[in-house]
Amino acid sequence: MQKFTTLTSTAVPLPIENIDTDQIIPARFLKATDKKGFGENLFRDWRYTKAGDLNPNFVLNDTTYSGSVLVAGENFGCGSSREHAAWALEDYGFKVIISSFFADIFKGNALNNGILPIIIPEDKLKALLREIHAQPKIQFHVDLEHQELVVEDLGLREKFEIDPYKKMCLINGYDDIDFLVSKSEVIAAFEKQNTTV
Amino acid sequence: MHKTLFDKVWDAHVVETIPDGPQILYIDKHLIHEVTSPQAFAELEQRGIPLARPEKTVATADHNVPTIDQHLTIKDALSRKQVQMLTENCEKHGVTLYGLGHPYQGIVHVMAPELGITQPGMTMVCGDSHTSTHGAFGTIAFGIGTSQVAQVFASQCLLLNKPKKMRINVNGALRENVLPKDVILYIIAKLGTNSGTGHFVEYAGDVFENMSMEGRMTVCNMSIEMGARGGMIAPDETTFEYVKGKEFAPKGEEWERKLALWKTLKTDKNATFDVEYEFDAADISPMITYGTNPGMGIKIGERIPSLEDPSFEKSLKYMDLEKGQDLVGQVINYVFIGSCTNSRIEDFRIAASQIKGKQKAKNVTALIVPGSQQVAKQIKEEGLQDVFEAAGFEIRQSGCSACLGMNEDKIPAGEYCVSTSNRNFEGRQGPGARTFLASPLVAAVTAVEGRIVDVTQMELA
Repeated sequence: MQKFTTLTSTAVPLPIENIDTDQIIPARFLKATDKKGFGENLFRDWRYTKAGDLNPNFVLNDTTYSGSVLVAGENFGCGSSREHAAWALEDYGFKVIISSFFADIFKGNALNNGILPIIIPEDKLKALLREIHAQPKIQFHVDLEHQELVVEDLGLREKFEIDPYKKMCLINGYDDIDFLVSKSEVIAAFEKQNTTV
Repeated sequence: MHKTLFDKVWDAHVVETIPDGPQILYIDKHLIHEVTSPQAFAELEQRGIPLARPEKTVATADHNVPTIDQHLTIKDALSRKQVQMLTENCEKHGVTLYGLGHPYQGIVHVMAPELGITQPGMTMVCGDSHTSTHGAFGTIAFGIGTSQVAQVFASQCLLLNKPKKMRINVNGALRENVLPKDVILYIIAKLGTNSGTGHFVEYAGDVFENMSMEGRMTVCNMSIEMGARGGMIAPDETTFEYVKGKEFAPKGEEWERKLALWKTLKTDKNATFDVEYEFDAADISPMITYGTNPGMGIKIGERIPSLEDPSFEKSLKYMDLEKGQDLVGQVINYVFIGSCTNSRIEDFRIAASQIKGKQKAKNVTALIVPGSQQVAKQIKEEGLQDVFEAAGFEIRQSGCSACLGMNEDKIPAGEYCVSTSNRNFEGRQGPGARTFLASPLVAAVTAVEGRIVDVTQMELA
């Protein structure tokens, strides 16, 4: 997994609530057997028209906005457990997703792929979304070590929560497999003494 | 200490607690399918790690499979490749596979319970969010991402923080023609799609105690639609009766030992929950959704609410519906009875009871997709197949089908479908498709009438 420490970037606003993983990557694009190339179909049915042309009204096709930070409405990533949603966001180039609320499985999948989900209060999220529209080039600075999101131009300095173990994994680029495999003896001992399983 | 059902099962599976960190949770059963497993097998191979406990994993092919001519080579090249890869991976790593053509093949959450693979008190995971279904047996069952599939392959464990606990009590008697699907759609409509996030739910009270195992599976299945990782119901005589004698259920002395343990799996009287809700069964009516998330549901006969909210308005625009509109009378051209929510034998018995001796409406394409080969066999044996065929319904072979439209079974753009599945998201049943979620009873009546009917106002069979 790629390490994550700090990031400075402009942001892409997506002020829609309850963006489910079927919107992030529709099921018909889940037929690949590797993790690469999903970015091409990220938000497919919003990004392209029925005829297959780029939808000029969708934010990813609007050159005003760019960057590796996505700012999205409440309850981002609800629905299916498909990790393809995290792969698609990562493959497209997003490293940080900011919302007021994330669905559980998506949040875990993002963290397992080096994407940092940042939760901020609803009112601040709405203010941020408005400000990106007004000033598309404002810079977002994310510091994982200090758990801080800073947008200097807006005077915003927001602390965010992250599980300490997951923070350590992101900063060092570790993943859970290495850790769990190192525990194989403890796991085998558990199996022997536990009669309920 | 007073413990909840969830505490009892969770705590019995904690291998180790990392100081200031997550817990290592042991997983008893790992279910896999063709779509979310290939990258996990590849991950292990790249690292040169073997599967830790291949005998604790069971595979089936369900998500992308065709529901016609399953004995032939799969036409779609990408689907064929995924299914082939599942077969090769299972052979290589010693995992039991119920692939296409096998009498046990089916939707993973229909297949495992009916074979007795799902048992009370277990921890179960699968790379599919509707794994919550198995909670109907008093198991801790939840969906995981592919990275976690690889973790379970490598260690038979997951690193997790213990979720919070929620209890939803529904007491009283359900009114006539109110099905388990209506109960869960009602709860989600009341609480919202993110109300359960960070929580594990226990469903308690008369309504769930009096429910069949099929009904309990329908309820637990949709726990994820309110954001909860899983939902569970305390095992009781109904559960034990269902599990007993199933292919992989414990037998003889082992059965007695397990049964004694399972009988302890109840929430202690003074145990507490982080959140608790109470609902009155008498307030629940046949439900239907009108929007693009499962929380956007109303009682059939009620009007669509009028909210001033851009996301709400975007949703109605996609559905081509108006605020304040009544859905009764809405013309429907597609009906889908299937999915891991409602494709068990009980669901088809209810549908057949409404269809018997009638014809589907001319405008309707009605699809019946059994959840498993075993359910398909039962439909035939019980004579339900004859009822459906005589009424002009298409009966297909088992798989996830039009619930998510990964195979050829898609609802055309712009068309409405009354569906017994679990998600009405934009494009879920096909690009541009518009989904109304409902019970198998409402779906069957819709297929016959060709429009949405207020089933509380009609004489039902």
